[in-house]
Amino acid sequence: MAAGSGALPAFLRRPTTYSGVWGWVVTVDHKRIGIMYGVTAIIFFLLGGFEAVTIRTQLMNPGATAVSPDTYNQLFTMHALTMIFLAVMPMGVAFFNLIVPLQIGARDVAFPRLNALSYWVFLFGGILLNAGWIFGGSPGEGWFAYAPLTTELYAPGRGMDFYLLGLLTLGTSSVAGALNFIVTIINLRAPGMTLMRMPVFTWMTFITSFLLVTAMPVITIALIELGFDRFLGANFFNAAAGGDPILWQHLFWVFGHPEVYILILPAMGIVSEILPTFSKRPLFGYPFIIFSGLFIGVMGWTVWSHHMFTVGLGPVANATFAVTTMLIAVPTGVKIFNWLATLWGGQIEFKTPMLFALGFIALFIVGGLSGVTHASPPTDFQQQDTYYIVAHLHYVLFGGAIFGLFSGIYYWLPKFTGRMLSESLGKWHFWLVFIGMNLSFAPMHWLGMNGMPRRVYTYESVMGWDFWNMVATLGSYVIAVGMIVFVWNIIRSQRKGEIAPADPWDGRTLEWAIPSPPPVYNFKEIPVVHSRDAFWDQKYTVDAEGRAVAIPRGASTDSSGEEHDDDGHGIHLPGMSYFPFVTALGLGLMGAGLAMYQGIGTVGLVVAAVGLLVLFFGAYGWAFEPADPD
Amino acid sequence: MAAAEAHSAHPQTTTGLDHRKLLMWAFLGSDCLFFGSLIATYLLYRGKGLVGPHPADVFNIPFTSVSAFVLLMSSLTMVLALAAIQRGDQRGLKIWLLATALLGSVFLGGQYFEFTVFIHEGLTLQSNLFGSTFFTLTGFHGLHVTVGVIILMSFYVMALRNRVTPEQHLNIELAGLYWHFVDIVWIVIFTVVYLVEAPNIV
Repeated sequence: MAAGSGALPAFLRRPTTYSGVWGWVVTVDHKRIGIMYGVTAIIFFLLGGFEAVTIRTQLMNPGATAVSPDTYNQLFTMHALTMIFLAVMPMGVAFFNLIVPLQIGARDVAFPRLNALSYWVFLFGGILLNAGWIFGGSPGEGWFAYAPLTTELYAPGRGMDFYLLGLLTLGTSSVAGALNFIVTIINLRAPGMTLMRMPVFTWMTFITSFLLVTAMPVITIALIELGFDRFLGANFFNAAAGGDPILWQHLFWVFGHPEVYILILPAMGIVSEILPTFSKRPLFGYPFIIFSGLFIGVMGWTVWSHHMFTVGLGPVANATFAVTTMLIAVPTGVKIFNWLATLWGGQIEFKTPMLFALGFIALFIVGGLSGVTHASPPTDFQQQDTYYIVAHLHYVLFGGAIFGLFSGIYYWLPKFTGRMLSESLGKWHFWLVFIGMNLSFAPMHWLGMNGMPRRVYTYESVMGWDFWNMVATLGSYVIAVGMIVFVWNIIRSQRKGEIAPADPWDGRTLEWAIPSPPPVYNFKEIPVVHSRDAFWDQKYTVDAEGRAVAIPRGASTDSSGEEHDDDGHGIHLPGMSYFPFVTALGLGLMGAGLAMYQGIGTVGLVVAAVGLLVLFFGAYGWAFEPADPD
Repeated sequence: MAAAEAHSAHPQTTTGLDHRKLLMWAFLGSDCLFFGSLIATYLLYRGKGLVGPHPADVFNIPFTSVSAFVLLMSSLTMVLALAAIQRGDQRGLKIWLLATALLGSVFLGGQYFEFTVFIHEGLTLQSNLFGSTFFTLTGFHGLHVTVGVIILMSFYVMALRNRVTPEQHLNIELAGLYWHFVDIVWIVIFTVVYLVEAPNIV
């Protein structure tokens, strides 16, 4: 835009404010976007947790009527959707944003404005998905939304409309974000940061991003087809016209199983960073962990029909998917043995991040083993749709993904807030959640084996399920108390937490080489990488017996990025922009208008049309705004 | 996107490839799954409809072949537009951008005409499985072509004001990547939707 930038219309000027609410709206800084992702994810996590506690309260005693059956259906559906799409996934993305650019020695992601767009679209998608609570009911058909049970005929409520448009919007955000991280990791690594020197968390982000850009389009098509059936009277899932009800199941699980690894791989990456730091040893078997991650990423695409063993696909299909499912347990097991070998002989420090990482390993093994049991179709026939499955999935998702994310929060939050979290509150949090988690979900194995089906509103006392349901509910309350401790810990640390040093844990990767909180430009000078554990090798060398010996400060010949005295003036940073927000608002309006179309008719279409115009305005402003203010 | 080019202060990339080019390739990879799922649905339901009209009742393969040819030729003009800007030929850029957009529009006009005829013959989104899958698959392809035409026309308007400099040829190349992808998808759709029905048409 060299020619005629003086003649630019006012709305094309880049915003310059960095302070106040407006500063957050127009920011393109990956750290600020990461914080927004994290805060939003925690708020949705608390909402999903509230839904869970309500579900457990209803199930505490036989014949309870704490909520109505219809509300109960909405609660378990929204609990799953909220935890998967609005808590665990965005929490992972928060860490992608906060950590990946720092670990690879970059000043920002490859497309800072696209990054901001991903966040805002995610926020509007999350609001849209939850809008049913206010506007005539949330979806109550289960997060899997099996068509044709979710077509207009069988699900006449408006909840499914919010489901469809909410997930479509969230999918757009996920794909945009994942494309950004693929390019960032390929193209913005510091000099010397070869692929096999990349920190494991960055590697897992890379693999997760590939899963996102390939899995999300499949669910997008499923949602569009169901939407056309509901809104326009198409016949994709209309059995009367020859439509096949299994089509939805295939499309959904072709997305749904890679999605499982989208949830767990970031947590595996986080744990792979934390275990070496707190055992003072390099990660054991780094290449095995990386290639296991890649293998999981590929194999994740070949196991979806194990969600459909009871559908009746036939013995050949069932046997094939049983074998692939058992096979995918192998790379997961490889990772677990490598983590254990990392601990072996290490000087283990039981700080809160380490406790959560160890809890992750223990609970993920339980969930992984119960998962292998229903890899076998005959066994799965007994377990399908029982509480045994609920127990399994919570051990891998709560005990696995969420414990991994919590260990990441305790590990990395001081880097970005500049204040330490309380160790004692952290340990209270860990033990409450660890005990509550096992109290809540371990009994579900037995309930499931005793035949208690999933998603039932209530049960009769004669079934003999009373005691363990009571225990599970009490466990969920213990978890809730633990979460209150967690929230208090975060609030407290902002007020009177100890000031965090740049490197509080004696870390190994580049994010610890810069101050806490990092300056807006991250690195004064882009570091040069000579090895894995790039920062550790700036601090330590190895003596004749193989022990780590500290290098005196200043004696390192490596660039630590701290030689220059200036304040980072002259470092070129991406300009702020309000067009990501505007563009996302357009998408959000389109989603809201279409979701309301069945309920409010033409007005919905008008809203959607306005959204399309806003989207166009945002996209063109985006394309034509100058690179910098002035 | 024009603006980003003006500032070459960006640090060199790890691979030496431009970020935007990688982004476009990754996006097209993602879009493959989008069309792949639509085509899979179409093939799953092919011949499964309980009532007509069936493909053989409505398809006019010679007509669609001509519009497919028009779309494929637009890939040639797209390449010529890129070649023009790479050698700094502003006049060639304008001509070939406009030609590509026009050919794309002719294809869209053909699709509109075809849809109108089909609807007139009783094939709608609601009529049967074939209608649902056909209109959704070809409709989303048409939507992609429409977006492509809008992008091309945007560059054409910029070119009229001499706002596309030879240093910015990457912008045209990216639009071209997208355009060629949409053409290639049509080759697949034209084959699995139209050509396979040719033996059934009497």
